[in-house]
Amino acid sequence: MKKHRYFGRGAMTLLAAVFAVLFLLPTVLTITNSFMTQSEITANYGQVFSNANDGKSYISKKINLKFIPDKVSFSQYLTILFKSPDYLLKFWNSVILVVPIVLAQLMVASVAAYGFTRWRGRVRDAIFFAYVILMLMPYQVTLVPNYLVSDWLGILNTRWAIILPGAFAPFSVFLLTKFMRRIPVSLIESAKLDGASEWHVFWDICLPQCRSALYSIAILVFIDNWNMVEQPLILLPNADQQPLSVFLSTINAGEIGIAFAAAVIYMVPGLLLFLHGEAYLVEGIAYSGSVKG
Amino acid sequence: MKKHWEKSNRRVGDFLQSMCFSGPSFLGMLLFYVIPFGVVVYYSLIAGTLDHSFVGLQNYKNVLENGAFKIAVHNTAVFSALSVPLAVILSMLMALMLECRIPAKSQFRTFFLSPMMVPIASIILVWQVLFHANGAVNEFLAVFGADKIDWLKSDYCMVVIVLLFLWKNLGYNMILFMAALNNIPKTLIEVAEVEGASAWYQFFHIKLRYLSPTVLFVTILSIINSFKVFREIYLLTGDYPYDGLYMLQHFMNNMFRNLDYQKLSAAAVMLALVIVALLAILFAVENWFGKDVEG
Repeated sequence: MKKHRYFGRGAMTLLAAVFAVLFLLPTVLTITNSFMTQSEITANYGQVFSNANDGKSYISKKINLKFIPDKVSFSQYLTILFKSPDYLLKFWNSVILVVPIVLAQLMVASVAAYGFTRWRGRVRDAIFFAYVILMLMPYQVTLVPNYLVSDWLGILNTRWAIILPGAFAPFSVFLLTKFMRRIPVSLIESAKLDGASEWHVFWDICLPQCRSALYSIAILVFIDNWNMVEQPLILLPNADQQPLSVFLSTINAGEIGIAFAAAVIYMVPGLLLFLHGEAYLVEGIAYSGSVKG
Repeated sequence: MKKHWEKSNRRVGDFLQSMCFSGPSFLGMLLFYVIPFGVVVYYSLIAGTLDHSFVGLQNYKNVLENGAFKIAVHNTAVFSALSVPLAVILSMLMALMLECRIPAKSQFRTFFLSPMMVPIASIILVWQVLFHANGAVNEFLAVFGADKIDWLKSDYCMVVIVLLFLWKNLGYNMILFMAALNNIPKTLIEVAEVEGASAWYQFFHIKLRYLSPTVLFVTILSIINSFKVFREIYLLTGDYPYDGLYMLQHFMNNMFRNLDYQKLSAAAVMLALVIVALLAILFAVENWFGKDVEG
């Protein structure tokens, strides 16, 4: 019996290790490949990005997927930083779209969640349920209304067309309400008895309890929007203002070398947030686990 | 009389106070989502933006008979049918795997969750290299004597996207399952062990019972996420992918480009109805199963 158990655990560990390699592989490959020189990348991957061949460089017949570059070089990063301002510009576009959305969504959602937590009623519960439904709607549904409003407001093809609807996205209201409903009512009631105003209760008692929740929601909202593709394609067709996510897919074959480095730069904010806030993130995901109350 | 007044006053006052807090979000939601969606419904029922005459369900009929829409629905349905069961089952297995007291459990969790934080746009290069006709995957398969496959430009294209989808989403689902497994009362498992229940029995008769709400939730989440897979396809293959990868969002994008409000609206309304129907089923099933188990 005992032996059997040990064998099972060993097999599970091995399986987990295989899974782990598969899960890490794409990210690790992107990172290591970003340290290759232009000629090495062209030689290895020239075939994939068909018009990469300028007729002069050597392109291998086979595609060599390599882990370790022949010569570690930072030349791709230097090119991005100093010679090719496009990438940094697009990176900035991403920042200027996503950071306002995250901040605005947190502000709007924290007061809204307090409203939904502190007072319950049939109407408000119905409204909250509407948030849940809306939260689950895919872009194919929500982009058409977003487009119409942006058109009416005259903000189509500006950043506001993405930021404003993003600020009122229902996801964070939903998740934060679920967090807040765990705060003991007695805490709020005793503060009210001491004569605290409603705003005071919200700001000094409720919010401090939600710090970790706010952080995990910020991570989730950030990563969702950092990845955005659908909204800019439709609401912000102006190529100069599009975020790096869209731009990376239109990469010119001749620039395939710096594409890896750009991809790495693009994933850095997400990975840093992940390394710093994984525990909060896991908690946030676990809370999103059931749609109802 | 006075008492009654006080009570209703408090009610109205409560409502106003709660709206002071929830109001901004509620108004924003009305302005950016609900009201325009009403207009979308209206647009789906009229002849055109200039001619506002009522045409009934004609627009819906036009969309349903549109060849591109049919392909898009078919492909999206195939993708969902392939990826959703895999996403649910694999993520549950991963959660159970981590339950088995294996060493370095939290490291494994980190590894499995990490793809979630990596933007798709960042790893499409590797994906293209892996699945090119002369790419690494084919070379690996050639060892077993398989023929070359041009993954993204053949009927195998769906496999590539399903793999990418699973890579990205399994971690999130796994966390949901791990949380649910944590909620199973320990005493129940202990009793089962003392009574000599096999691991299979424990899983199918105890754990799965407690996991069923999560299975349903992960299913609905995966269905919703599978509608979003356009993002991956667009980044990998651009505006005009291989036929087998033409998704609903491609169709919507084309309608946006032509500013065909009528078809756009009709398609959006139909999709919203499908989602609402799916949700209704989810809630019904959850009520059915969840009765004797505390969530």
